[in-house]
Amino acid sequence: MRCFDVTRRSVPASLMKLYKSVILNKQIHQPPMLIEHKHTHAVNILQLFTISTAHIIRLHDRFKELDTERRGYLCPQDFGAIKGLAINPIGDRIIGAFFSPGRETVDFYTFVKILAHFRPADNIRPKESSSPEPINSRTNKLKFVFQMYDLDKDGKISRIDLLKALRGMLEMQVTEEQLDSIVDRTIQEADLDGDDAISFEEFRKSLEKVNIDHKMSIRFLR
Amino acid sequence: MLLLSLLLSLTATGDAATDLYVTGASRPPELVAGASPPVASLAPSRYTPQEDGHTGIALGRSVEEPSSTNTEHGESSNHHGGGYNIVQWEWSYVQTPYIIASWLLVASVAKIHEKVEGGLMEFLLFGALISAVDPVAVLAVFEEVHVNETLFIIVFGESLLNDAVTVVLYKVYISFVAVGPGNVHTADYFKGIVSFLIVSIGGTLVGLIFAVILAFITRFTKKVRIIEPLFVFLLVYLAYLTAELFSLSAILSMTFCGIGCNKYVEANISQKSRTTVKYTMKTLASIAETIIFIFLGISAVDKSKWAWDTGLIVSTLIFILLFRAIGVVGQTWFLNWFRLVPLDKIDQVVMSYGGLRGAVAFALVVLLDKEHVKAKDYFVATTIIVVFFTVMFQGLTIKPLVKWLKVPRSTNRKPTINEEIHERAFDHILTAVEDIAGLNGYHHWRDKWEQFDKNYLSKLLLRKSVYHKSELWEAYQKINIRDAISVIDQGGNVLTSARLSLPSMASRTSFPEVTNVTNYLRENGSGVCLDLQVIDTVPGAKIEEELETHHVLAGNLYKPRRRYQSHYSRHFMTVGDKERQDREVFQRNMRNRLESFKSTHYKRHKKDRSQKKRKGSDAKEQDNSDKPRRNVSWQDKDPVVVPMGPEEDKHDPSEPDRDEDVGITFVARRAPETPKERPKSVPAALDVCQSPIAAPPSPTCGEKNLPWKSSVDSLPPCVSMEATKIIPVDLQQAWNQSISSLESLASPPAPPEPQHPRVSALARLGGPMRNPAKAKSGSGSGSNSTASSSGQFQFPVRKEEEEEGAISQQQQEIQPLMASLRPPPPAAQAAGKRRNPCVYLRSLVTVPPSGVEPHSWKPTQL
Repeated sequence: MRCFDVTRRSVPASLMKLYKSVILNKQIHQPPMLIEHKHTHAVNILQLFTISTAHIIRLHDRFKELDTERRGYLCPQDFGAIKGLAINPIGDRIIGAFFSPGRETVDFYTFVKILAHFRPADNIRPKESSSPEPINSRTNKLKFVFQMYDLDKDGKISRIDLLKALRGMLEMQVTEEQLDSIVDRTIQEADLDGDDAISFEEFRKSLEKVNIDHKMSIRFLR
Repeated sequence: MLLLSLLLSLTATGDAATDLYVTGASRPPELVAGASPPVASLAPSRYTPQEDGHTGIALGRSVEEPSSTNTEHGESSNHHGGGYNIVQWEWSYVQTPYIIASWLLVASVAKIHEKVEGGLMEFLLFGALISAVDPVAVLAVFEEVHVNETLFIIVFGESLLNDAVTVVLYKVYISFVAVGPGNVHTADYFKGIVSFLIVSIGGTLVGLIFAVILAFITRFTKKVRIIEPLFVFLLVYLAYLTAELFSLSAILSMTFCGIGCNKYVEANISQKSRTTVKYTMKTLASIAETIIFIFLGISAVDKSKWAWDTGLIVSTLIFILLFRAIGVVGQTWFLNWFRLVPLDKIDQVVMSYGGLRGAVAFALVVLLDKEHVKAKDYFVATTIIVVFFTVMFQGLTIKPLVKWLKVPRSTNRKPTINEEIHERAFDHILTAVEDIAGLNGYHHWRDKWEQFDKNYLSKLLLRKSVYHKSELWEAYQKINIRDAISVIDQGGNVLTSARLSLPSMASRTSFPEVTNVTNYLRENGSGVCLDLQVIDTVPGAKIEEELETHHVLAGNLYKPRRRYQSHYSRHFMTVGDKERQDREVFQRNMRNRLESFKSTHYKRHKKDRSQKKRKGSDAKEQDNSDKPRRNVSWQDKDPVVVPMGPEEDKHDPSEPDRDEDVGITFVARRAPETPKERPKSVPAALDVCQSPIAAPPSPTCGEKNLPWKSSVDSLPPCVSMEATKIIPVDLQQAWNQSISSLESLASPPAPPEPQHPRVSALARLGGPMRNPAKAKSGSGSGSNSTASSSGQFQFPVRKEEEEEGAISQQQQEIQPLMASLRPPPPAAQAAGKRRNPCVYLRSLVTVPPSGVEPHSWKPTQL
């Protein structure tokens, strides 16, 4: 793995190759989108794919592996076939996070983009005020989690949202009343403006002291 | 572990090599190359002086020769190179210190040759024992320093495992030494490695097996919580012994036993057992640690135990620091390949610097066998110095260092419920993402392990009730309880002043109904909660006042006398004019008091007693007004009891003088006999039965039985009931005697005369009276067969005894006073003891000094 890191900064050429191969293989069925991004895509690639080439190749393999019917995109069913995900209490939500609203498919670009959330933050990155916030920034990571809670997409974690999420996460030993009280307590604790729901700002505040970079990163995506 | 051992052997060989090079002239020069560069460069020149035998100066000279050539070379290169060289060769700057340092080094290394006898094996052995980081020292220092958790775990974990590794290596080397280095073949080294693996892995396995057993046993101790700590101690100790039995690593076995069973045992055993285990262990640990350090200190001053060798000590100190740093850097570099958050330079510095040697090294070095290891004394000295240096110097400086390097500190913050929830969500998310990305990373395996743990291990090892508890729910409850405690802590005053019941408070403040604190308390410790509430809610204006008076009394009871006493004893030492004055004042006071005592003491005694009892009874009543209500019998009596107090009060102030006499009449005895009469008789024949008013019109058996009732309704019981049991019959007479003697002493004007007959009458009454009282109590307990009566009966008895105790105590204190006060009356000795009630009375009254008799006790009366 390490050997690839050495070449990490000089990837673009090989990346382009990979990218081209992906496109040429017609495995990605949204060329318009890609073309649309064409001019910005160098930036995008740099942003997203500071993941080493090895990892991208690996992820691409994985993508193909998941894409059993070789359509070039993934459907929710493809995700559902993953064994570990089936027993994950909030697996559904995570699958849901891969699909932007109204879409039934995920291409490789989005696939990597979502996964890039979990790249550990690198402190080597120079502070450029002009550059957009990297996708693996603290805020973006939190946003990802927040959206996972926010089922009805109203920008707030309401009581019901939280209740559903917790119901999924907790074992069945917890009674409804206990669950209720936990939810009450949670919202009470985080809710600052008294609207009985947690906004993103409040969500971020409540997790202010947690080292998100450590807790929401996977080493393999370095 | 392999790495560790590598590091260890590195250290060892480092030490050994430097030594070897000096020691063995016969050794091949290849070995010499392994030593540190400055020394190595001087190698050729060393031979002559050594063979000659004068090491010191000769060697020094010989050192200077090559170094001077070095100097020339350095200068010339500097001269020629000038600005062209990328790396400057600034020899001239460091020349002098460099030479001195290398001279010192060589000289001291050479000294080793003179004294220290040791081959490769001995030094390997020494290296093994000296390179172990001591867990106790590390724990002590790092807990104080509060570095962040990761760092702490790494250093402490290392020291834990290191312990085992060291012991293993130590054993291997010691066997090598015993065999003799010449007889060790290459195969033996491999055998050593293999045995090292077996010993450590075997020890670990033994520990894990015992962990399972321990966890399994504690699953069934619900009914016998008391033995839980015992199990913990015994089984862990058994793990130790078993490992030792198979000569596996006992320390590893214990460590892993602890690590393995921690989760299950902690969940299984009760909170109290947990605390017990924790504190017992901490106590034992600190005892052991202290002993070892005492031992260390003792042997540090015991010259026969060690032999000083500067060279060995200096080079050891240098090399342990050097090789520790190298080891840390190398291993972290390797480790950082696999870490999400790499260990940076600062961490490495702290880890290197935190390598504190301690008790283990010392214990091992002391255990060395002098027959095999000739250089034991030198090793001991070196170890002591190293331990002192690392623990004292490094241990003391590590905190400033950590501050200076700005190492992230640990926070003692408890997670909020939000964090608890979200962090669990994070875990799930990461696991899912790893699944999706097809990576079998950390989270994947952790998830796998958790599944396994949940499905098999926990099911087997956890108590059912624990197993079914949700973790999040537990966390939630913990947070709630913590909040509740803080609420109570903050609002403690509010609670008591407002006399609010806990439940209402709790439900009003932010706690969801179902699981608020109160409910929790109600589930777990209902009795406590309710009782507290009851005690709090019973309004206590009167109680408070009484308490206050009680405090006033208690506060004044002892102090004055003590002061007198001290005066008194002081006077023994120095007799002066002032002292006479004091004594006069003192005597006058005493006389006054005696007079007042004569006039009022009986009554006061009674009053005070009754008051005390009432206090007790009031407290009791609270309990009973609540408890018995649910129970049975006295429910209807309660209202009767309450009026008693006021009634009594009314009487007392109105006819204080009479009370005195009446108080002593003990009419209470009669009261039970003729309960109905009493109310009528009260107004008319006060002298006969004043207190009986207090007695309820219809005292039932149960009521009679109630101790506080008997005490309240009968001011007399001073000597009745329990008291009579304690004070023998003739005591009544003695009482009279003593009183008369007092009277004669003080020659009182009027009061004693009227009183005296009465008292004697009383005394006469006392005999017969006791019987009814006993009969009463007997009949009471007999007829009232409720078990509860016996339970309540005990309290007053105890009180009585306490009072008696107090009396005797006071008596002792006051005796000298009395003795000094007056010429001892004939009966003094005999009466001394018996008089004590009077004394007691007086002392009770002492609050307001003597003069104002009737008024003095009034406030207290209320």
